[in-house]
Amino acid sequence: MEMNEQLVQAITKAVVRELEKQEGQKAAGNSMQGKTRMMPKTSYQGFPPAKKGTDPKEVVIGVGPAFQKEIKATITGIPLDQVLKNICAGIEEEGMTARVVKVLKTSDVGFMGLEAAKLSGSGIGIGLQSKGTTVIHQKDLYPLSNLELFPQAPLMDLATYRKIGQNAARYVKGEKVTPIECTNDPMVRAKFQVKAALMHIMETEQVDPENPIIEWGTDK
Amino acid sequence: MKRSKRIEKLDARPVNKDGFIREWPEMGFIAMKSPYDPKPSVKVENGKITELDGKKREDFDFMDQFIADYAIRVDRAEASMAVPSLDIAKMIVDIHVPRKQILEVVSGITPAKMCEVINYLNVVEMMMGMQKMRARKVPGNQAHITNLKDDPVQIAADAAEGALRGFAEEETTTGIARYAPFNAIALLIGSQVGRKGVLTQCAVEEATELELGIRGLTTYAETLSVYGTEKVFIDGDDTPYSKAFLNAAYASRGLKVRFTSGSGSEVLMGSSEQKSMLYLECRCLYVTKGAGSQGIQNGSVSCIGVTASVPAGIREVIGENLVAALLGLECASSNDQSFSNSDMRRTARTMLQFMPGTDFIFSGYAAEPNYDNMFAGSNFDAEDFDDYNVLQRDMQVDGGLRPVTEEEVIRVRREAGKAVQAVFKYLGLTEVTDEQVEAVTYAHGSKDTLKRDVASDLMAADDLMKRGITGVDVVRALAESGFTDLAESILEMLKQRVVGDYMHTAAILDEHFQVLSGVNTPNDYLGPGTGYRVDGKRWEEIKEIPHLIDPNNF
Repeated sequence: MEMNEQLVQAITKAVVRELEKQEGQKAAGNSMQGKTRMMPKTSYQGFPPAKKGTDPKEVVIGVGPAFQKEIKATITGIPLDQVLKNICAGIEEEGMTARVVKVLKTSDVGFMGLEAAKLSGSGIGIGLQSKGTTVIHQKDLYPLSNLELFPQAPLMDLATYRKIGQNAARYVKGEKVTPIECTNDPMVRAKFQVKAALMHIMETEQVDPENPIIEWGTDK
Repeated sequence: MKRSKRIEKLDARPVNKDGFIREWPEMGFIAMKSPYDPKPSVKVENGKITELDGKKREDFDFMDQFIADYAIRVDRAEASMAVPSLDIAKMIVDIHVPRKQILEVVSGITPAKMCEVINYLNVVEMMMGMQKMRARKVPGNQAHITNLKDDPVQIAADAAEGALRGFAEEETTTGIARYAPFNAIALLIGSQVGRKGVLTQCAVEEATELELGIRGLTTYAETLSVYGTEKVFIDGDDTPYSKAFLNAAYASRGLKVRFTSGSGSEVLMGSSEQKSMLYLECRCLYVTKGAGSQGIQNGSVSCIGVTASVPAGIREVIGENLVAALLGLECASSNDQSFSNSDMRRTARTMLQFMPGTDFIFSGYAAEPNYDNMFAGSNFDAEDFDDYNVLQRDMQVDGGLRPVTEEEVIRVRREAGKAVQAVFKYLGLTEVTDEQVEAVTYAHGSKDTLKRDVASDLMAADDLMKRGITGVDVVRALAESGFTDLAESILEMLKQRVVGDYMHTAAILDEHFQVLSGVNTPNDYLGPGTGYRVDGKRWEEIKEIPHLIDPNNF
């Protein structure tokens, strides 16, 4: 029985392969059955590991594993280059400095933010997933706690990312910070959750515990 | 192509704004049955499970081990596994087989076997199963009480109104995490204004949530999340053992706790191990049982957008609710997260829990407009209150709510606001003005209320935690500000933790602080004429909706 099933599967796969060759993208687009990943894995071997900062004016931004590589824009299509540029601009407007690292050990935004904060000379970090979800974190907080969390990626715009940079910098300066006003779209799940799942799968596929955190830089 | 006007019309319908995806088992996008799900099996040697669902003990991951050691009755395992899954499925639907007998058989089966049993049932059979297997005789309902501004006055007012409307439990969370202690206190106070004995919780980061509970600022906890694969557990910095410890920490202070799980989370986190959503959720529920929790909030919960996107996703949701009940757990059956743009679809989804009744049909229902729901929107909100009351009346079903009058709503909202104002003043927190109380009293949502000084609120909330303020301080503040009755109610809620009876399965409190649980008021449904029936005083209450035609004034 088992042999037969295997044989049937092998034949099916061979036929599907042939069909895909003939039909190109079309056949592949219709059924995902049998496929076990969305994108090939990128190797970060040889990239410089991220260092612990000493500059007390520094805010470290920890971006997700697929950031600016497999994923180039947020869930609503905002280019990630622009997102990063605006967060950095916000930080600099408040007189602080920005450093960008890529967190490869996890795709969880809370842990990304906390790792960034731990590397930051000031102890303040920002976690930024490739789909756009963002958190402002502080090195001595619980992983799933935060200073400010922006859980609904579809509601983000460039002005908000700039404000996030500004507020992160203000926490560094020890000011009395008014958090950015919460936004809420109760229909966000219906419209975006499947897309969010696919983007998170893409991000998680690139998790690489061998190279936990690398220096990334502000322009890629 | 020239467009068909009919197809254009259909394309524009709300349901077509929802997200749908084809089945893709390799990535976990499959509801009930994946070709990669394991086949049920068990082997017991020297009183220990040495094989579970096709895996040898040496190959167990930490979830398999936890389930094998703590969640399956080893003495019943072989006998239960010998009963064909189809026979167990038939027992669930058979009105002549009592709940207790099913609990016994099921206590010896494995997660893969449970998954197989559920796959034999269609949705109507699942609803029949739920009607019989629900732990508590009378169904209940839970509310979400939140707002965009984290305004404590609005939380208190909405909590009071929600309690008045019949919710037995109320849950808050924050927009800004550091608001947690304010939200917890406001909810605690407001709930008791609306109806004595309502339980309250504040869903935030776990360590903070525990501390709020220990201090007596909440009266139960719910957000102890468990997941269906080892990888997702580890990503959350957790294990089944850490959850069991956390559960015990609450129990040590006499607090009611339930866990949280739900299908789709493993898909959303990218680690489904190619298994079906139902199988993974079975694993979650076994871990919950093994950790000694009395209950669970499940039914896809916050990942419903994923589960609902695949074929038979909504069938899977009632299926996983039923698994919880079959394991003898209290089931707070979700319906708490918006997932569809279609009113028709979202209502249909809720009927699967509403008609048979669950321990908590919603977990919870947005008792504020959805724009204020900080759980990113519930499936029903404050604007649906009258629709819901009419559904109860149409079908003579107890959905846990009741019609109210405008006068009562205004009265309890004002009183709750005033009480919070007094407590904040007594405890030296940020000021609550008369104007704010007045605005909240008549408000629908936070768009109708005044702005608060967020930075000052957060500093006061931090300070409150540093000063070690507890539930007893809240009682004192109320008592010394003239709110004697309210102070007594909150003191009664604190006393429950010493008595401990409300830690029993599916416990709620009535207005005299008496426990109604699956232990002292168990579900005894055995077909027509048995179990809970909507009649007497409760039925009269449900009938009295506003906007009735009065023939006298015709």
